[in-house]
Amino acid sequence: MLCLLAALAGTALIAFTVGAAGIPLSRLPAALGLWVDNTTSPLLARDQLVVWTIRIPRIAAAAMVGGMLAVSGAIMQGLFRNPLADPALVGVSSGGAFAAAAAIVFTDSHLGEGLRFIQHQLLPVAAFAGSLVTTILLYAIASRGERTSIAIFLLAGLAIAAIANAGIGLLVFVADDRQLRDITFWLLGSLSGTTWAKTTTLAPVLAIALVMCLSIARGLDVLVLGEAEAFHSGVDVERLKRISIVLVSAMTGVAVSICGVVGFVGIVVPHLLRLVIGPAHRLLLPASALLGAILLVGADTVARTIVAPAEMPIGILTAAIGAPFFLAMLLRQRGLVAL
Amino acid sequence: MTPILEARAVSMAIGGATLVDAIDLDVHGGETVAIVGPNGAGKSTLLRLISGDLRASRGAISLKQRDLHAYSSRQLALHRAMLSQHVNVSFPFTVEEVVHMGAGDRGRAAAEPLVETALHEAGLADFRHRKLPTLSGGEQQRAHFARVLVQLACGEAAHGPGLLLLDEPTSSLDLRHQIDLVETARRRAERGTAVIAILHDLNLAMRFADRILLLHRGQLAIDGDRAAAMQPETIRQIFEIDAVIAHTDQGVPFLLPQTMRPADKAT
Repeated sequence: MLCLLAALAGTALIAFTVGAAGIPLSRLPAALGLWVDNTTSPLLARDQLVVWTIRIPRIAAAAMVGGMLAVSGAIMQGLFRNPLADPALVGVSSGGAFAAAAAIVFTDSHLGEGLRFIQHQLLPVAAFAGSLVTTILLYAIASRGERTSIAIFLLAGLAIAAIANAGIGLLVFVADDRQLRDITFWLLGSLSGTTWAKTTTLAPVLAIALVMCLSIARGLDVLVLGEAEAFHSGVDVERLKRISIVLVSAMTGVAVSICGVVGFVGIVVPHLLRLVIGPAHRLLLPASALLGAILLVGADTVARTIVAPAEMPIGILTAAIGAPFFLAMLLRQRGLVAL
Repeated sequence: MTPILEARAVSMAIGGATLVDAIDLDVHGGETVAIVGPNGAGKSTLLRLISGDLRASRGAISLKQRDLHAYSSRQLALHRAMLSQHVNVSFPFTVEEVVHMGAGDRGRAAAEPLVETALHEAGLADFRHRKLPTLSGGEQQRAHFARVLVQLACGEAAHGPGLLLLDEPTSSLDLRHQIDLVETARRRAERGTAVIAILHDLNLAMRFADRILLLHRGQLAIDGDRAAAMQPETIRQIFEIDAVIAHTDQGVPFLLPQTMRPADKAT
């Protein structure tokens, strides 16, 4: 845990210094205001502006979104007793993105004129609702009896994602130019344009979710034995499932409303951690939050510097790394379990 | 002495098929009960009804004089422990971690001696740090048995003798471990636990249980001691085989299956 915290601090430090406007480490303390410098240079003013209005909110958002996606993935894998579950892969993110896109189009139309002033607040709520509906649907389809079939689970997720994407396609079709730009942003996933207002929406959701995670950690451990056996062991399985579904949907939905669909963080992070610290959720969930944060802060830093001065959508980057990783896991499993 | 488990006219019907038909049953602390019968006789359904896993369509079941469904899942786990037939663990938990799961939310230190005892009883002390999915089917089954023993011990420490339910606990075990397991279960019964196990192997059932429940088409065909169940005529009618029945020096019956033929053609 301490190693992960140190790594997060290190990644954040690098993220602070690089970017379209470079701020060398030597100037960082002054820019952050930790170092009172009497000489007010224009350079310092520029540094402070960049750090406080662009970089800090963006890095904080990347860290929180990464944490949420990784923890969502870990909970979902526990809930479905399946290490290949990931909110983006099985359509939960798409469901959230569809609902958020629908909210944009609706509040911009004549019908939703009255709600336009709360559009920013409405997006996370809509994305949460969209993710919730998809998760419940997925659970109802894929969990029959004692075993959740990996094949049915992935195929059902694929179908749900396809439906949500068709919905997004329809919205793109009816949207005007400005709406189109906003919606496209969801399709690719990006942290550019992160503001303090958006960042502060994330913090309470993440805080509440992490506290609740610890209350379901033991239940998720026992759930690997199957629902019947978890019940025999004294776990209130229905309650555990409800809390897990709400947590996954809330975290995925809010993350999607901030930065669109960013895939594979939820699958890569818990898998790597299980190899090192084992599968017990009491440790796995908080560690996933930290490693997810590290991964996304790092990925975002790469995304905004690799093709500078332009930015690469972060969703492309995580998919480019995560998809081969997922394939490798699938191939490894092929020999062990019957799909 | 009041029974630990009381079932009154318990029936279970799903989609027009009656799986369990009006079964009455009292089981006292210290009893070893084997449920035997052919495939589809309703053995697993009956055990799942008793465990609280399923809710009976008719009739009532009470555990320690309280309706089974009045317990929360957490309370119920303190009075009865159940081992299901197939348990599949998809994440790389170690044997020790899985056995610890039986202790519920008890602290690690409090559960440690119980886990230690159970690991030794299941013959898994040397396997404690192995990942469960890397073990053989039989070894995994023993690990789950150890986990259930820990759950039982935790509950009994707080609430006195409880109920231990085992659904084909020996299906993947070699002969030696089959005997080990039933002996361990019998030792629990000697300390007051009521033990009910589904067993396919009639000889093992004779070795394990003082009382045999012979189920046939959802009904309780025989509820009696070993001798009552091990009659050639009964075996022929219910299992549709001829069998030679002999006795050990201690008078325990055992059976050697002969030919297979439909009961209605038997003479």
